[in-house]
Amino acid sequence: MRHVISLLIENESGALSRVSGLFSARGYNIESLTVAPTEDLSMSRMTIVTTGSDDIIEQITKQLNKLVEVVKVVDISEAAHIERELMLVKVRATGKDREEIKRTADIFRAHIIDVTDASYVVELTGNQGKLDAFIGAIDPALILETVRSGVCGVGRGDRVLKV
Amino acid sequence: MVLSGAEIVIRCLQEEKVEYVFGYPGGAVLFLYDALFQQDQVRHVLVRHEQAAVHAADGFARSTEKVGVALVTSGPGATNAVTGIATAFCDSIPMVIISGQVPTAAIGQDAFQEVDTVGITRPCVKHNFLVKDVRDIALTMKKAFYLARTGRPGPVLVDIPKDVTMQRCEFEYPKEISMRSYNPVVKGHSGQIKKAVQLLLEAKRPMIYTGGGVVLANAAEQITRLTRLLGYPITNTLMGLGGYPFGDRQYLGMPGMHGTFEANMAMHYSDVLLAVGARFDDRVIGNPAHFAEEPRKIIHIDIDPSSISKRVKVDVPIVGDVREVLEEMIRQLEAGEVRPNPDALAAWWKQVEEWRSRRCMAYKNSDEIIKPQFVIQKLWEVTGGEAIVTSDVGQHQMWAAQYYGFDKPRRWLNSGGLGTMGVGLPYAMGAKLANPDMQVACVTGEASIQMNIQELSTCRQFRLPIKICNLNNRYLGMVRQWQELFHGGRYSESYMDSLPDFAKLAESYGHVGIRVDRPADVEGALREAFTTYKNELVFLDFQIDATENVYPMVQGGKGLTEMILSAEDL
Repeated sequence: MRHVISLLIENESGALSRVSGLFSARGYNIESLTVAPTEDLSMSRMTIVTTGSDDIIEQITKQLNKLVEVVKVVDISEAAHIERELMLVKVRATGKDREEIKRTADIFRAHIIDVTDASYVVELTGNQGKLDAFIGAIDPALILETVRSGVCGVGRGDRVLKV
Repeated sequence: MVLSGAEIVIRCLQEEKVEYVFGYPGGAVLFLYDALFQQDQVRHVLVRHEQAAVHAADGFARSTEKVGVALVTSGPGATNAVTGIATAFCDSIPMVIISGQVPTAAIGQDAFQEVDTVGITRPCVKHNFLVKDVRDIALTMKKAFYLARTGRPGPVLVDIPKDVTMQRCEFEYPKEISMRSYNPVVKGHSGQIKKAVQLLLEAKRPMIYTGGGVVLANAAEQITRLTRLLGYPITNTLMGLGGYPFGDRQYLGMPGMHGTFEANMAMHYSDVLLAVGARFDDRVIGNPAHFAEEPRKIIHIDIDPSSISKRVKVDVPIVGDVREVLEEMIRQLEAGEVRPNPDALAAWWKQVEEWRSRRCMAYKNSDEIIKPQFVIQKLWEVTGGEAIVTSDVGQHQMWAAQYYGFDKPRRWLNSGGLGTMGVGLPYAMGAKLANPDMQVACVTGEASIQMNIQELSTCRQFRLPIKICNLNNRYLGMVRQWQELFHGGRYSESYMDSLPDFAKLAESYGHVGIRVDRPADVEGALREAFTTYKNELVFLDFQIDATENVYPMVQGGKGLTEMILSAEDL
């Protein structure tokens, strides 16, 4: 089962490697991992997308909690939540492809944020499925680069992850 | 007061009431050693290899309830310490390791004796720090000691670049410490405790299983009271030996791979199992799938939530300090009216006694050749069961665990989790320094002892009258045993050739060496070591039966009930 784990961690050097080291040492999967400081700069928020049985997910959250620098851990996928990922795609855009890509971008409510004679950079935000669908909708031969941020997530409504 | 970084480190050790630092100097820690030299409150024990420094500090911690402290230099000093750190980590031993690092400006430049110590040790410490500013030393040291000794204890490493030990700043040792990301639970959930007590009282085939957590939490008294109050059978794991008195009728011996028949059968066929500070290790329950086949309710008390439901599903988890939780259980039991069902308990004990009557620990003694079990039994007799016994890893470790009856905690020091050969002698050094009035014996083998034999020199320098009982069978005994049983008797590289004359070797270090060849001489030699040479280190080199195997045995991957009791079962 796929899970989205959010955690707050002290913003100290080496904190990220403690988390990633934990996953590799214990053989857990990381599908994606994003991290950046929060409004409180002494703390970072991390979103980890992982897969595993209920037992494994329970161990993952316990092991993460055990790390001295981890302040709080929540499996946000246990209840209603929102996931978003940012993608930048550089595509070859010449001739009739220019129009076609623009149309596809509009359909996906993506933005074209860089334009040259021969290329576009398309910015698209959404859940993983939407981003995958956009990639599927474009001729693979036109894709020059794909950059994905990994998933960010937040619980809906009253569910707040804060110290 | 303005002090140098090095002086601050030593002042912090003084504030923490550290008596001994085990270490080895080098370039990156010269200022620390200079500060150490200019005071006499913290004493330094110069080992002959950094691995032994960490093991000795670990042995010091195990035999007391204090935090062990080791000091090593950068690069190879730190990498040599890693085995010691990992050993302490696996057994949750409170330690602070201070390592020197190259100057901050040189970090990342592939400098002489530079390694990423924080990176290398990260997976085998409770936590570690790289101190980049002299103003952070005091707080970091405070945190290190606090982390090491609270919650589930463990080793904490503090890596300090050389320039930081030279810089100066105002010193003040923090009195209090609080960390928003670290708040170990102490009290157990009262509702869960109530549930556990109720379940225990309803049990028809109850069993108590306790581990190293009982020793670490100083809860031997509580577990003994609870066990006697209930009248249930109890087993102590390899790490938990001494948690409950060995000679007591309710004690069934050690469980697991080389545990007793009765302990393993009672574990397996219990209907309620109370696990206290134990972690259902593979060497204890064998195959978890086989263990799960028998339906039983499990209550698990542990300070570390991640130990609970890790290898077996637990019905009543209780996270908290083992001693606090046991106290609360005793309080509830004593306040309540309900007592265990006497008929069910009598029937269960009848079954347990039937298992016990198999006398699985019996062995065939000999007049011709020394049996290792006999040596341990004699060691127990001669020391009145009152010694601190350290061991290395292998057959001799199991024999010591099986045949030396431990009645009290912190008397049995061995590497249970990591299984590190070479710990025995340094453990004995740490234990002897911490307990100068106690007898300290190191049970070892001719292979293990050679992994840290250089420490005979340290023992001479610091006059540590340890008694080394070398069970010399000229084989890597446990490897040989597995090769005999499971690899068609192909003894691949498991023999020990070109052995030194250990007695002479010990003598060359200035100690007493005694070689013992005949069973009739075993007791006399031990008495000589513990009385005539009371104040000397004595190296007793027992030439034992090379073919003796450790039984009973649960083969790796098998279940607890699938035991080999003796060679005849093969």
